Amino acid sequence: MLQIKNLTKIYEGGVKALDNVSFDVPDGQFLAVIGLSGSGKSTLLRCINRLIEPTDGEILWNGEDITKASPEEMRRIRRKIGMVFQHFNLVHRSKVITNVLAGRLGYINPAWSLLNRFPKDDIQKAIKQLERVGIADKADHRADELSGGQQQRVGIARALMQDPDMILADEPVASLDPVLAHSIMKHLEDINDKDGVTVLCSLHFLDLVHRYADRVVALNQGQLVFEGLPSEIDDKKFKDIYGRDAERVG
Amino acid sequence: MSIMTEQNNKNKKASPWKSVQLGLAVLFGIVVYAYGFQITKVDLEDLRSERRQESLTRVMRALAKPEIFEYEQTEEIVNSPVYITCPASGEPTLPEPDKSGPYLVIAPACAEPGETVQVEGFNFAPNVSGPLRFVPGSDPANVVTLGRDNVETDASGHFIYEFVLPERPSDDVQFIRATLKQNVGAPRLTQTAKDTWEKIVETVFLALLATTFGTFLAIPLSFVAARNLMKPVRSPLASIAFSLLGWPLGIVIGYVIVRFVEGLSAPFAGNIPINLVSVIVAPALMIFGLRWALPQEELVKPSTSMQLMRWGVLFVSVLLGFFGLFQLADLSKNLGQIKIESFEWLAFLGNFLFQTGDIVSIITPALGGLAAGGVLSSFMGKIGQRTTEKLSPATVKLFNIVFATLAGATVFGLLGLLVEWLYQIGNPTYTVWGPGITGGVIGLALAIFTNPKDTLPTGLVIYYVTRTFLNGLRSIEALVMAIVFVIAVGIGPFAGMMALALHTIVSLAKLYSEQVESIMAGPLEAIQATGANRLQTIIYAVVPQIVPPYISYTMYRWDINVRMSTIIGFVGGGGIGFLLQQNINLLNYRAASAQMFAIAIVVSLMDYVSSVMREKAV
Repeated sequence: MLQIKNLTKIYEGGVKALDNVSFDVPDGQFLAVIGLSGSGKSTLLRCINRLIEPTDGEILWNGEDITKASPEEMRRIRRKIGMVFQHFNLVHRSKVITNVLAGRLGYINPAWSLLNRFPKDDIQKAIKQLERVGIADKADHRADELSGGQQQRVGIARALMQDPDMILADEPVASLDPVLAHSIMKHLEDINDKDGVTVLCSLHFLDLVHRYADRVVALNQGQLVFEGLPSEIDDKKFKDIYGRDAERVG
Repeated sequence: MSIMTEQNNKNKKASPWKSVQLGLAVLFGIVVYAYGFQITKVDLEDLRSERRQESLTRVMRALAKPEIFEYEQTEEIVNSPVYITCPASGEPTLPEPDKSGPYLVIAPACAEPGETVQVEGFNFAPNVSGPLRFVPGSDPANVVTLGRDNVETDASGHFIYEFVLPERPSDDVQFIRATLKQNVGAPRLTQTAKDTWEKIVETVFLALLATTFGTFLAIPLSFVAARNLMKPVRSPLASIAFSLLGWPLGIVIGYVIVRFVEGLSAPFAGNIPINLVSVIVAPALMIFGLRWALPQEELVKPSTSMQLMRWGVLFVSVLLGFFGLFQLADLSKNLGQIKIESFEWLAFLGNFLFQTGDIVSIITPALGGLAAGGVLSSFMGKIGQRTTEKLSPATVKLFNIVFATLAGATVFGLLGLLVEWLYQIGNPTYTVWGPGITGGVIGLALAIFTNPKDTLPTGLVIYYVTRTFLNGLRSIEALVMAIVFVIAVGIGPFAGMMALALHTIVSLAKLYSEQVESIMAGPLEAIQATGANRLQTIIYAVVPQIVPPYISYTMYRWDINVRMSTIIGFVGGGGIGFLLQQNINLLNYRAASAQMFAIAIVVSLMDYVSSVMREKAV
């Protein structure tokens, strides 16, 4: 159970990216986070694993307050939270398998990382994850040799390596064409269904929201403006979320 | 055309003011350059003087003929009698020359000083040249000669020369001597060429070593000097104070322990079999211990007793490692001293072994001190962090007041001791108590005026200190550094290498850190999100991104170092510069020319090789 309470983030310079946001996410839910660009979706997701330090509020995960965790506790928390990014964020010059193995870094003793060593079990596990996302044959390629869709699968495999309890997906399909978008979303859905992993996924297209999400939260200028089922978003709610001049396209 | 008019119309309003501006700018430029001419004393008058032109021609010709090859020479020396002022008895009759070999015919056989006689040579070797000189006195074997004339024979070994007799009137017979030199056999390298070769090799290796050492030390420094990596590093005051106290304490403890290990290793120093066994067994045991003490992955936190045991094993393993290192140093020293008669040419390998062994034995205690300092500092920093997290704000504040004061006093006191050592002030009020109290007050102020649970930007402070240090050192030319090192380790390539290495460290660290600052933030964020700690983030997200620019900068630096090492000899830093300077000072331009050609060849070769390697690597 993830509970977000009165979360506020004010950036240096006074921009209020999150304004007193509160909501709960039960374990195993597929939650979509929607809103315009700049509405605070990315900030929200990054506050949960503290890639961005929240200014105020609490994030309780299974009762533990993430915002107060020490660096060591944070390492333990982060390794259970996988993250998938819009621009994939792979290390381009490294091999695909290395990128996937990087998902284990939260578990591995840093002294061994100094020697660039991974346990044998992890290597086998990495191959399995690559098989699961269907690109095991690319394991020895350099990451930047892969197409966008393939890179995002590597990103998912990396998140899976963490044995995550939760995956934060920050607009995972915004850089992909619709066909690829569905295949990536299906992987996330599969992970959510079969492994029971909670997924928080920010999305732009409402048809994806309707198709994949169990529940939706919507942000507008850092404030929570909607919380409910995807089917509850009618035209009025839509204009609340996206502004009065917006028109539905999907 | 229409476009032009449009533009003109648009600009019309501003045009008078713009013209004035342009005019002023031109005027300003003229003034600046005029003053520049005055300051740099631009003056071509000297160039027109004949004397300068003559010496310039001579030097240019010498430079164009580098002293690289020489020949074995044979000389044909022929003396022929001549009388200056004809004797009263009339023109003397000269003995008939021996026509079986080369001979000279002088006509007339006597003349007044300043008059011209015709000297004709026969039967010489074809196409040879040499001086034709006047030999004063009546002894044909006299080594003293007068004149600057040179003759050259034609294809049949014959020459004719109009020789002006010097002001040396004498009643006795005097001589004119032709010394014709002939090159024999194949050309061979001159001593200059050999020396140049030896020194150019020294130059290249000097640059290679300087670049290698410089690169190795510049890499860790570059991470510390990168803003994007250092900015997120923040820690609470208690943690900072503890790690500051940990450094000196750890260095002392580490140094003492490693010296103790050195003492344990010393009795076996000269025993090669024991050396050999230790060098194999000690690291093996160490790796075994490390493997046990540092499990690759751990899902649950180990118990306290288990952790203590691990620390113990880790400690013993590291000591074993140091023991192995000392034994390795001894082993390579011993091996280096073995001289095998028939392998005399391999002596440089022995020297390499001996010197590396020596280096290892010298730096190992320092290494141990630094390692222990780092470990203790980070360990104590963690304790500080824990304390800040667990205790109440009021207690933390009290804690901070005590330890921040202590840490500030220690650090400033140590800095004071450094000042004392450098300047020998000899007054502890200024060099120990003063700084100590200042540091204590600073620490105290920090502890009082900061919120005890707040974190301070440690990373940024380290970043600024490193940057300042790098910029300061970088502004000192390697040539100047070389002077200091020449005093420290004596004249020779080692001093030059150290100077170049130091300069390489500071300038590469700056260039590298700028590359670190320009990496993509995305992968960094992704690796951090997996729970990787700072070290792991650097290894898996930063390093892969900076490999190509690092290689390219290192190559570029090698290039610079080769060029620098050609002149570092000017101040006694070894390499070809020493020869070059010597020859220029001795006005031996043909030898200097050989060295200049060598430099040109090596530098352009390096240019080419480095560009090829850069292309391959990136």
